[in-house]
Amino acid sequence: MSVIKSYRLRLRRKRWQARAFRKRRELATVVDRTEQIKPGGVLLFSTLRNEKIRLPYFLKYYRDMGVTHFLIVDNDSDDGGREYLESQPDVSLWTTTGSYKRSRFGVDWLNWLMRKYAHDHWSLVVDPDEFFVYPFCDTRPLQALTDWLDASGIKSFGAMLLDMYPKGRMDAQPYREGQNPIDIACWFDSGNYMIEKNTRFRNLWIQGGPRTRVFFADAPERAPALNKIPLVKWQRSYTLESSTHMLLPRTLNVTYDEWGGEKASGCLLHAKFLDTFSAKAAEELERGQHYAASHEYRAYHTHLKDDPNLWCKWSEKYINWRQLEILGLMSKGNWA
Amino acid sequence: MTLGIVMLVHDALDRAEQIARHWATNGCPVVIHVDKRVKRPIYSGFVNSLNDLDNVMFCGRHRCEWGTWSLVAASQTASEMMLRNFDDVRHVFLASGSCLPLRPIEEMVEYLADRPLTNFIESVTTEDVPWTVGGLDHERFTLRFPFSWKRQRHLFDAYVKLQRRVRLKRKVPDGIVPHLGSQWWCLTRQTLSAILEDPERENYDRYFKKVWIPDESYYQTLVRLYSTNIESRSLTLSKFDFQGKPHIFYDDHLQLLRRSDCFVARKIWPRADKLYTSFLSDAAKLMTGAEPNPGKIDRIFSKAVERRTKGRSGLYMQSRFPNEGWENGTTCAQYSVFEGFSELFEDFDQWLNRMVGARVHGHLFGPDKVAFANGQAVFSGALYESAAVRDYNPKAFLTNLIWNTRGERQCFQFGPRDTQDLSWFMAKDPNAQISVISGAWAVPLFHSNKNFSDIRREAARLQKIEAEHLSVLRSNYSKARVRIWTMAEFIENPMEPLQTIVDEIGARSAHRLAEAPKMVPLEGFGQFLQNLKNQGMHPHLMGDFPTGSDPVYNPRKARKPYLVK
Repeated sequence: MSVIKSYRLRLRRKRWQARAFRKRRELATVVDRTEQIKPGGVLLFSTLRNEKIRLPYFLKYYRDMGVTHFLIVDNDSDDGGREYLESQPDVSLWTTTGSYKRSRFGVDWLNWLMRKYAHDHWSLVVDPDEFFVYPFCDTRPLQALTDWLDASGIKSFGAMLLDMYPKGRMDAQPYREGQNPIDIACWFDSGNYMIEKNTRFRNLWIQGGPRTRVFFADAPERAPALNKIPLVKWQRSYTLESSTHMLLPRTLNVTYDEWGGEKASGCLLHAKFLDTFSAKAAEELERGQHYAASHEYRAYHTHLKDDPNLWCKWSEKYINWRQLEILGLMSKGNWA
Repeated sequence: MTLGIVMLVHDALDRAEQIARHWATNGCPVVIHVDKRVKRPIYSGFVNSLNDLDNVMFCGRHRCEWGTWSLVAASQTASEMMLRNFDDVRHVFLASGSCLPLRPIEEMVEYLADRPLTNFIESVTTEDVPWTVGGLDHERFTLRFPFSWKRQRHLFDAYVKLQRRVRLKRKVPDGIVPHLGSQWWCLTRQTLSAILEDPERENYDRYFKKVWIPDESYYQTLVRLYSTNIESRSLTLSKFDFQGKPHIFYDDHLQLLRRSDCFVARKIWPRADKLYTSFLSDAAKLMTGAEPNPGKIDRIFSKAVERRTKGRSGLYMQSRFPNEGWENGTTCAQYSVFEGFSELFEDFDQWLNRMVGARVHGHLFGPDKVAFANGQAVFSGALYESAAVRDYNPKAFLTNLIWNTRGERQCFQFGPRDTQDLSWFMAKDPNAQISVISGAWAVPLFHSNKNFSDIRREAARLQKIEAEHLSVLRSNYSKARVRIWTMAEFIENPMEPLQTIVDEIGARSAHRLAEAPKMVPLEGFGQFLQNLKNQGMHPHLMGDFPTGSDPVYNPRKARKPYLVK
């Protein structure tokens, strides 16, 4: 990597920072409880739109894990989710009617909020349908992980997106508010992931899983990226480059070992494929606010119209993190 | 006679208070050194919280930093205070604020009372220690280290380099032989006072001030001068990872720690409430009288280090993506590749399936789709039959397949009609067993009902591809177990090669092959090849088929071996 190239990345990072500064005006404060943030607390950042039904379980899951404060951008919800979040004691909420697409899919908003509030905090950036799983998460709180990462001098922690789906038709079992979505969508693909290294940003580009298998079997290059780095000890100078798929500075993206060893990593259980999905997909298709002309949603729409089933004979049923570690989807690294 | 605790504390003061109280109320006087970096009000709060105990004292504070002399200075100050103020102390135990006693204190006192003259301190000469951080072992004692490893890493490294370059060396003081070991020790009053009151101490101290990580070598070296009664092990269970930082214990280690029978463990996560409550409660006062046995914990932590440094071979995942050459095994298990067999034999797949306990696939790299065993569209790990997905990242496809089916051997067919991207990959993989009947791709052409000009063109194409593939298999870089027969060679005596291959895979029964696969009819094949030649193409990979005389298939049943019963 030449000096010029790395300087270009620096300019790029500055550009995102400037952009985030500009886009801050799109955010209107609904409730600001950020004075609650204490040194050492773990923060959660999220952008969402019309996810009311998912919120109670989402908040509970991460509260139990050890998240101390939620900072959420509401993108013009009209399902009562905003009011619900406003009433939560540990949530700071901003709302915007700005374009999701033109804020680079919410990244500009989050970049601004993180720059302002996340400095020197471990910060988890997840969507409301993503459930973070890390080694020993059943016996050790998130703080144990972040303390260990601090002690090990590790600044970012990778967690691959693992698409979960129900057995049979996606709409067969309706999701009720407050319910664990993994109870319904408890199946996943265990071993069809493809990895390539992105030399420019040094991240791994992971594709595969049920979405590649069912929606993009003929055009795998268009399949969505599954690599994510959701947990970072945030510093003012950091930016999200492309959601949490890539960060800048790019050393944060090296969450993998290149010399044969395994670094510790987790998974994000992605409970996107519930009965709520087809309505969501139709809505998003109409709004056209998603990545690459929403081609992903277009593919879902055409495939799921007739047979909304992602399950196959070789699907694996989710048990716990140890299962994911044995299957080689995540690793304990040298945390024991 | 009792045991005195010298405690070094720098954070998690609430836990330190809890532990100090535990030691003190069980009759062990405690002298605490608190890092000077702890702010004054917090420090005085800590002192106040323990002022109800008269056998807890606080010594002068030093500013402590990892790997520097300050830690030794702290333990010296505290030890002097201990020896001066508590006359009935016979052993002094060095502990930190995150050390947790696992067994009743009385039992530990008793254990030491039975060994009144023994010093428990790990002390090993530099030649014999495997754990050295930063590639420094004996140089710890012969170079100077005025810079901080943690804060001034560049200066630290540069100064080490400079000293090496100019061959600058320090002299080790006369009479001492450098030893290393865990910094957590338990010394007798006799030995400790001898170290602290030595007239030469100033001399030694000056030397060790510039040694790197002196807390792992100061007492460990000097103890050799004053005592011959040394048990070279630490009473503190403390494990280090590959970067030299201590492993941390959590609530889920409870049973493991119980069964270890060690007296004290570090480092405990300050928020591991369950560990603190269960080991400090009265219920933990069960005396076992057992010798410390950290074997099981050792295994868990050494496994963790191995996972971090070596990883699981053949696994490619989000946090293990080795550079080329660092895979430590590009695939995770052995597999067999058959080239030309399914062309030459009818139902070769089924036959092989009957013979060996393995999964037999068709052409996994076929041009139209992935031919998984039994025509399944999806296979283990939810691999899909789409050729587009497979060819998008063929290496991931194969390594995934082998990884997903750990414990079951995979066999598949391969040939010049298939995607050739993995030719090199398989050839370089010691896990691959590749058996080739060269030229057998001509058999389907021979049976096909195509125009001869098309056949000729196709034959030329396939021969070119296979010739290239064979040169890869025969190259110097090839590490697979490769066997190549020409087709003519093979059909003369097919059973012997088949037997060898099947034996290597591990046949279902150790018997000789009772059943031969059925060969496709080859009447007229010699003439077919001659026709190709007549059209100006030279089919050379099949070996020598004389025109007119058709190949004789001779599935000789191997003679039964003589048995002597």
